[in-house]
Amino acid sequence: MSENSAETRELTMSRAMVSAIAHEMRENDEVFYMGEDVADYGGIFDSTEGLREEFGYDRVMDVPISETAYLGAAVGAAQEGMRPIAELMFVDFFGVAMDQIYNQMAKNTYMSGGNVSVPMVLTAAVGGTYNDAAQHSQTLYGTFAHIPGLKIVVPSTAYEAKGLMHNAIRDDDPVLYMFHKRLMGIGWLPAPDGPKTPVPETDYTIPFGSADVKRTGDDVTIVTLGLHVHRALEAAEGLAADGIDAEVVDLRSLVPLDTDTVVESVEKTGNLVVVDEDYRSYGVTGEIVASVADEALAALDSVERVALPDVPIPYSRPMENEVVPDVDDIAAAVRRTQ
Amino acid sequence: MYENIVTARHYEERLQEEYLEGKQPAFDISAGPIPGELHLAAGQEAAAAGVCQHLRDDDTVTATHRPHHVAIAKGVDLERMTAEIFGRQTGLGKGKGGHMHLFDPEVHFACSGIIAEGCPPAAGAGLAAKKRNEDSVAVAYLGEGAIDQGAFLESLNFAAVFDLPVVFVIEDNDWAISMPKERVTDVENGAKRADGFEMPGARVDADDAVEIYEVAGEAIGRARDRNGPTVLEVQVHRRMGHFMGDPQTYRPEEDQEAAAERDSIERLERDLRNHGVDDERIEEIREAAHERVEAAIEWAKEQPKPDPSDAHEDIFVNPPSGVTDSEPDFEFAGGDD
Ligand SMILES: Cc1ncc(C[n+]2csc(CCOP(=O)(O)OP(=O)(O)O)c2C)c(N)n1
Repeated sequence: MSENSAETRELTMSRAMVSAIAHEMRENDEVFYMGEDVADYGGIFDSTEGLREEFGYDRVMDVPISETAYLGAAVGAAQEGMRPIAELMFVDFFGVAMDQIYNQMAKNTYMSGGNVSVPMVLTAAVGGTYNDAAQHSQTLYGTFAHIPGLKIVVPSTAYEAKGLMHNAIRDDDPVLYMFHKRLMGIGWLPAPDGPKTPVPETDYTIPFGSADVKRTGDDVTIVTLGLHVHRALEAAEGLAADGIDAEVVDLRSLVPLDTDTVVESVEKTGNLVVVDEDYRSYGVTGEIVASVADEALAALDSVERVALPDVPIPYSRPMENEVVPDVDDIAAAVRRTQ
Repeated sequence: MYENIVTARHYEERLQEEYLEGKQPAFDISAGPIPGELHLAAGQEAAAAGVCQHLRDDDTVTATHRPHHVAIAKGVDLERMTAEIFGRQTGLGKGKGGHMHLFDPEVHFACSGIIAEGCPPAAGAGLAAKKRNEDSVAVAYLGEGAIDQGAFLESLNFAAVFDLPVVFVIEDNDWAISMPKERVTDVENGAKRADGFEMPGARVDADDAVEIYEVAGEAIGRARDRNGPTVLEVQVHRRMGHFMGDPQTYRPEEDQEAAAERDSIERLERDLRNHGVDDERIEEIREAAHERVEAAIEWAKEQPKPDPSDAHEDIFVNPPSGVTDSEPDFEFAGGDD
């Protein structure tokens, strides 16, 4: 898609998400949105900005702070064939409604022998980098990707945000759509340059399980997602000056996981660096390394994992900076592979 | 009580100034000396002072994401609390918790950023007191938005069936972020939640510290005398946005003005005067409170910042052997050898 084409415009990630949701709501009366502060506030992270004005309170519902009830209600409405989108503003709050998420939403299809479907989208903000401490900064990709039955998607730019959202709403299975606060383009939490991209006016889908090579390179494969796509790209630019040519793979979805693109890249470069903002143990980095080892052990010359050391996220800035991977951490890990 | 209220108000006014430093002209939540979110409680101080006036150091309080006024009334160490909010090493949580996660075990105070999740631990503190045959009590604070939450309702039942010495204090400030109370609950009086559990519920309609003090005294007395839990709802006012930086575009101007007019501080000052306390004494208390706040903020700002490597400590108080460093040097070499 050309950047100057008449049908594209530059959007922030939040605007791109909203444009996909609005489109689907116009096309299909069964789509509705529920969450805390999604109507009049427009979503704490601007994820529903303007929707209530167009669709009214019936289809953009502010709900009581009763997550078990409204996330479970989304499951129930979805099982009746509606297409609810439910938002719980921070993934850190999922614990209060965990049963509805990981036992009902995730497992009813399986336990019904495939006779029940749960076509809902659960959206939530993830990520740190703004010093909000351990209950408001987690990423938790691994926790939910670990549970069979949930599709997990993670946009990194406005283009991805829209295409993945169209796909998520149309998907007949439950999708957990995890967006990084730092990428949304909200006034009070400035985004890096990368996530604001040209976005087609028309609807389009990005299939789940299709990773995207955001930068090609021959020396090392950096596999990552969300905010860290942008940090990896910045690290790659710096490394290029030193003659290290890094390929950056944006996973875009964790379930399903596009192992093929990762393996293909590692077969070319021989070196793998996995970068993730989630906790290190039992998480995304381990999963990617294990998958590549399963399929292409012989291609691997070296492996590095860059993730949150297994600590709750500290509040104070010097400590948060220490644990959340940054551009230098990624570059250093890449250098260790060379 | 007056001293607590003016301390809390002034404390937050000063925090607000400090918070905005480095965040202007463009508001960036991650800039400036106080990072992260900041939820201020201007207009809600009477709910803290009126209740906590009855409490001892060994009574437990669990507060919410909006904790400063309650912490001050409960006697949390003001210097170390401030150092925590500034993210300093000598803060209550060594800079790991921040403003929503203040813990002062000396005075049995804790808070959490997850809605209503302070209620079960408060019931637990009540349970511990009962098992040990002690007469300490527990108070759980929550907002009116939190009364729809499972953790609160389950805690009511738990406290009721085991007759625990717990008082649930609902601070009704009319708003849960952008959601006005009438749009998310059908009960006007949140204390009525108690009815379903056969426990007493009381509501104080005015943000009047004296009246709150009196009604809370009965509830806490009942708990201390082993007569079980109570729900107490008090009307307060949110004078500011939900958090610093909240533009409040959802909130009618009249409502903001009404909140600003109902000032529990002025009300209490009138009461004091009516009881013969002269202006000089009131001014004296106010000034002493201001000085105390200033000293705490000065002290906190002089405290050292944590060492980045401190981030790896305190995950356990008893780290399992072999797990001392959360960042092991890991290098995996696969391949053809
Ligand atoms: C379980 C959970 N859900 C949602 C949130 C987000 N949140 C933080 S404060 C708040 C509103 C709380 O309103 P209320 O209980 O009335 O307290 P107030 O902020 O008015 O003091 C919400 C929804 C959260 N912190 N935890």
